Amino acid sequence: METDWSVIIKFLPDLIEGTKSTIYITLAGLIGGLIVGAVAGVMRAYGGKILNAIAFIYIEVVRGTPIVVQVMFLYFALPILANIRVDPLNAAILAIVINAGAYIAEIVRGALLSINKGLTEAGLAMGLPHWKVLIYIVGPLAFRRMIPPLGNQFIVSLKDTSLFIVIGVGELTRTGQEIMASNFRAVEIWTAVAVIYLILTGVLTFILRFTEKRMRLL
Amino acid sequence: MKIIEFKNTSKSFGPLKVLDGVDLTINTGEVVVLIGPSGSGKSTLLRCINGLEEITGGDLIVDDLSVLGPAKDLRMIRQEAGMVFQQFNLFPQLTALQNVAFGPRKVRGAPKAEAEETARELLAKVGLADKENHLPSELSGGQQQRVAIARSLAIKPKVMLFDEPTSALDPELKQEVLNVMRQLATEGMTMVVVTHEMNFAKQVGTRLIFMEHGKITVDGHPREVIDNPPNERLKDFLQHVE
Ligand SMILES: Nc1ncnc2c1ncn2[C@@H]1O[C@H](COP(=O)(O)OP(=O)(O)O)[C@@H](O)[C@H]1O
Ligand SMILES: [Mg+2]
Repeated sequence: METDWSVIIKFLPDLIEGTKSTIYITLAGLIGGLIVGAVAGVMRAYGGKILNAIAFIYIEVVRGTPIVVQVMFLYFALPILANIRVDPLNAAILAIVINAGAYIAEIVRGALLSINKGLTEAGLAMGLPHWKVLIYIVGPLAFRRMIPPLGNQFIVSLKDTSLFIVIGVGELTRTGQEIMASNFRAVEIWTAVAVIYLILTGVLTFILRFTEKRMRLL
Repeated sequence: MKIIEFKNTSKSFGPLKVLDGVDLTINTGEVVVLIGPSGSGKSTLLRCINGLEEITGGDLIVDDLSVLGPAKDLRMIRQEAGMVFQQFNLFPQLTALQNVAFGPRKVRGAPKAEAEETARELLAKVGLADKENHLPSELSGGQQQRVAIARSLAIKPKVMLFDEPTSALDPELKQEVLNVMRQLATEGMTMVVVTHEMNFAKQVGTRLIFMEHGKITVDGHPREVIDNPPNERLKDFLQHVE
């Protein structure tokens, strides 16, 4: 079997479009996921019984179901249940928000609870309300500890976007699939797709290592 | 003038009664030394004063406010009752100066320059003027505890609560902390001190309280009580701490 690497050049513009879409879904999804995860994580760490239970159920539902099922539910079942139309791109972003949010919540909770309780007490004993202790003292300390596990989650979420091929979002994997269908150049196209994913995760890893090094763990 | 008043105060952790109907009035200017066996409830008594532990019976009035009052009252109480912990609990990401300026800035809302000026004065007072840019991890235990005292003082409390402030320190570092506390007492600060330092109690204390099983069993003048223990268990206890 002969390989023809020039097909990659030919389809590069398509691959770049797919990559852009993958990056967009990942970025938008992770920004939302960070917000959802921070809120749910704080609810788990400090919330009363009810808030804690809500966050707990959310996290367990997400962790207990495959992301493909989650996106299928958002894309196909939600419109029927709630009568809202979601386009594939938004369903994909929402799936990352919800999915990453749950895992990030556990990271946030773990990091918050790992900070010495004495520091919280010192802050409270000065007459600060609890939320200020969280924002000024515990939060910044916990954040440093979150960087490695967050980085891990970012990479997982980035790769998870490839599963959205099932709802037909034109992300990188779907693009590869479509090119393949037209010319059957499996080796060349899937190599190119894999290399692009590697570059993306590599850049992410590099940024995270860099941030981690600049922030001392205390 | 009354500053702290326990009124038949109790505190339980589940089934465990840790404070058992404590009645105790502390006036401004007193230096109360609190002693007792481990687990007798000394820390709990101290932590009820600033509401780090919630009382479960009776009442407790600090600077005319009940610890059972609304959250805002509790924050007022905490601003008037500074606390120094056994483990220092300095904020590890902040320098000595930032630690001390933190209260004035975030609690009292002072502008940065003013807060730092207050912090510099206080660091000088505890003998650490040259350490303002050091992180806690770069300071010895004794230095950290002195920064912690300065941090509490920066909020201008009316009372200072000390929970075994020298217990985590090597013997040679204890004195530098005790000296700062001695100076505070001389200046008239009202203090409640849990400690095993009997010399400090004798020299600086105006009152000595012995606790057993959540109750105050001896309450008197330090010198008299230490030289002439009115109760066998206190006598025993004193022999063990010497
Ligand atoms: N948060 C808590 N939960 C349960 N029990 C506690 C808690 N804090 C203290 N205790 C218990 O209360 C008792 C008194 O503790 P403490 O006030 O720390 O004593 P002391 O300071 O005199 O050694 C001990 O038996 C201790 O185990
Ligand atoms: Mg104690």
